[in-house]
Amino acid sequence: MCRIGAIKSKVAFHPSLALHLMLPQQEGHDNSGFAMVMQDLEGVFANYKDKPLLSMACTQKGAALVEHFMETNNFTPVYEWIPRGVRQPGLDIKAMPYYIFRAYDYPEYYRTATPEAKAELLLDTRLALRVLLENEDQGYVYSFWPDVLTLKEIGDPRDIAVYFKLWDNTGELMAKNIVVQCRQNTNYEIVRYAAHPFFLQGYTLCANGENTFYTKNKEYQKPLHRGYIGFESDSQNFLYTLHYVLNVLKWPIKYYKHVITPLPFDEIAKRPDHRELTAIRQSLGHLEINGPNTIIAMLPDGRMVTCCDSKKLRPVVVGSDGTMIAISSEVCGLNQIMPGRNQEQDIYPNEREVVVITPDLEVERWKQ
Amino acid sequence: MEAVKVQDVSVNDLPWKLQYSSERCTMCGSCVAACTFNAIEAVMERRSVTVSTGHQPDPSQRHLAIPVIKQRAAVANACVGCGMCEKVCPNNAIKPVRNPDSRINYLNRSGGATVKRGGRNNLGNNERTLDKIVVGRISQMTDPALDSERHTFDILAPFGRVLLPHELPLTSDGNELTLSGHTPPVNWIYPVIFSDMSIGALSTRAWEAVAIATAYLNEKHKLPVRMSSGEGGMPIKLLRSEYLKYMILQIASGHFGWNRIVQAMPHMQADPAGILIKIGQGAKPGDGGLLPAAKVSKPVQSIRGVPKADLLSPPNHQGLYSIEESVQKMFMSMNAAFKFRVPVAIKCAASATSVSVYNNLLRDPYKICGGFFLDGIQGGTGAANEVSLDHTGHPVVSKTRECYLAAVKQGRQGQIPLWAGGGLGLTGNAAADAFKMICLGANGIFLGKILIQLCGCVGNELGRCNACNTGNCPAGICTQNPRLVKRLDIDKAAQNIVDYMLALDSELKKLMAPVGNSSLPVGRSDALVTTDRAIADKLAIQYVC
Ligand code: SF4
Ligand code: SF4
Repeated sequence: MCRIGAIKSKVAFHPSLALHLMLPQQEGHDNSGFAMVMQDLEGVFANYKDKPLLSMACTQKGAALVEHFMETNNFTPVYEWIPRGVRQPGLDIKAMPYYIFRAYDYPEYYRTATPEAKAELLLDTRLALRVLLENEDQGYVYSFWPDVLTLKEIGDPRDIAVYFKLWDNTGELMAKNIVVQCRQNTNYEIVRYAAHPFFLQGYTLCANGENTFYTKNKEYQKPLHRGYIGFESDSQNFLYTLHYVLNVLKWPIKYYKHVITPLPFDEIAKRPDHRELTAIRQSLGHLEINGPNTIIAMLPDGRMVTCCDSKKLRPVVVGSDGTMIAISSEVCGLNQIMPGRNQEQDIYPNEREVVVITPDLEVERWKQ
Repeated sequence: MEAVKVQDVSVNDLPWKLQYSSERCTMCGSCVAACTFNAIEAVMERRSVTVSTGHQPDPSQRHLAIPVIKQRAAVANACVGCGMCEKVCPNNAIKPVRNPDSRINYLNRSGGATVKRGGRNNLGNNERTLDKIVVGRISQMTDPALDSERHTFDILAPFGRVLLPHELPLTSDGNELTLSGHTPPVNWIYPVIFSDMSIGALSTRAWEAVAIATAYLNEKHKLPVRMSSGEGGMPIKLLRSEYLKYMILQIASGHFGWNRIVQAMPHMQADPAGILIKIGQGAKPGDGGLLPAAKVSKPVQSIRGVPKADLLSPPNHQGLYSIEESVQKMFMSMNAAFKFRVPVAIKCAASATSVSVYNNLLRDPYKICGGFFLDGIQGGTGAANEVSLDHTGHPVVSKTRECYLAAVKQGRQGQIPLWAGGGLGLTGNAAADAFKMICLGANGIFLGKILIQLCGCVGNELGRCNACNTGNCPAGICTQNPRLVKRLDIDKAAQNIVDYMLALDSELKKLMAPVGNSSLPVGRSDALVTTDRAIADKLAIQYVC
């Protein structure tokens, strides 16, 4: 079972902190991979916050394909950061030749476009790049979005960190938000795309557990949006539903939980908003998620959200020291990075609860 | 001695022969009284008896005329093997035995008429598709099973048209959604409906037993089971009572009973749970309904407003030209009758064309159809031509699956709830059948025959009894003969149905628990596996060995 976590801080921090959050939970993952999404970047990308940032892993040919594609589509590269891996023997990592993090300028005729039009362009571009690389088996593209950086790799998280020099805080990679996962690859072939967090148009999501309604979720989601592709993991469904509820239907955040773990009918009947909740439950029945799960999500506006399944079969804990809030599958991770915090204020969300952390680190909690 | 022609019917030509032992028989007459088919009679036979009564053997032969029970050698009075005689005989002197040499198929078409029979067909003799499917996904540590005894389950299915999320009249203030405007009515009910068996097909008392069981399950056990009236309406008292909310009113092509329903409308205290428009049925596809005159009793006449005559429902709704038009019809009936408060569904015979019909309904711009009932071969009481029963019809499993997958293709799964029936529960394990059908995409199932079996029907798929069309039902279920109807103990029948449903409910939970679902696993085909490759391919489920 994967372990997942997230850190949100008032001051930018280095990914080594995320590793320190995750590694104490090591008995919970099988060292088959590590992935993280960083948002609100500082360090080398501090000056390019409004530029879409492409995160990919590829071969030399893949890099050339992408360069050519971006050029023909009028994206101009403005800055790139290419980590040079430490290729020392004995590291458990199946590294790709290149990891490219490159910020682009929008095509000229898009510079004045609406945010929605830009969002569509970025999605289409990423999807096209994915197909391009996939067809030739030349690499993977994880995200293409302003101020968002994604790193995914197969192997032992410690060795991955060594390879990318993630243990040394050089100040290059810094962010105020990180969502992170150490992987246990139970159901699927070990493919790079299967590593959480998943990302779509500003929405980032990590989940651990199982989604027993995967088949029906997938069958329903596939035609809903062109961005709902891949399905390399049964928890990708969580992201697509989040995106669908917030971005497509434009419903308030509180209804996400009502969609994925609807209240039982007899409880709905007792509520003053029973008409709305019934309509939602019956209309979106195929997006319900059954099975034990914890979700950690990051929204485009930087808010972080966490909740768990309707039976609390997978717990999650939220802890804070005033300047930083972290969410983690297990409390040992929090103890590692925030030993001085007041543990009595840790939050263990219950099966019907949603916790949202605002950009100002305010914590909102409510019952579904 | 009378001359005998080779064409004469003998007992050995009939499907059942009676094994009778005159030594055990005390001539109490119970069997003759019990036999509703007049298959046996008391006659005098000449017997020769050898007796010796003295101290020394001194046999003497006597010729006596003694009364015996004899099977009639007539097709019209052929024994149906119901076993009532055996049941009532205090001395074990008589029982029906299947006759493998029966010539009944040659004999009973004499007169040029097609044979009619109660509703059982020959497909049931083979191993069923559903029995070759098992629940193969078992939750373990990472994906915990739910423990059917301790967890709460949320077992309800929709009856009514469901809208796509973006079609819902919801407005957002940024924090709350508010539903403004009308949405089609949807009733969430138990995923097992008591199927449409009319008063007429069933005796008034058998129908009442099912209705009592329905009310009891709802009121006492909070199991929201709904019962479909069947064609022909229902008693005024029920129409005007609160209990109407547990009933789904059926309108079939004969429109029998609707006069009364329409007249009762102003006096109704509750809305019915739904309307079911019967376009077709699985038991006698291509024929309409047929209630033989023998079963059109006084109460039936008054409920339906008809004379004592064969009541034939046309095979289709007269005046309806197409599916589009029938959708319009639903629109009108719903609008006019119940002011958009009652969901309206249709029932069709499973057929090679079911998917086209379903597709058509899914795309209906009025979004009216509130349920698609697919009725497979193997359903039915009443009368059907034997040749129809045995040789027409369509299995329901693959058709339900195809309809579901067709909806998936359009992104409209769940919009028109799928209900499947026809042979479900045939082996007595309705929960397993229901669960598998739901995993394949049905929202729920409907059961008919198993209910009459719970009332005490002795018929089976191997040709035992199946005389529901004759008006002579030995169990008092499918007859209107007042003497026979009294044989049915209504309370016991209702109790059996209630008990069965309670067991079914726990069994359903026992099936939901291992796959880790607390709500119905509609479309969870990944939970099913089969060792039959053809079934795996056809239903798109896993092949295992
Ligand atoms: S088995 Fe039924 S039909 Fe046959 S003789 Fe006995 S009672 Fe009559
Ligand atoms: S017992 Fe009655 S209901 Fe059952 S098969 Fe015979 S006639 Fe039909």
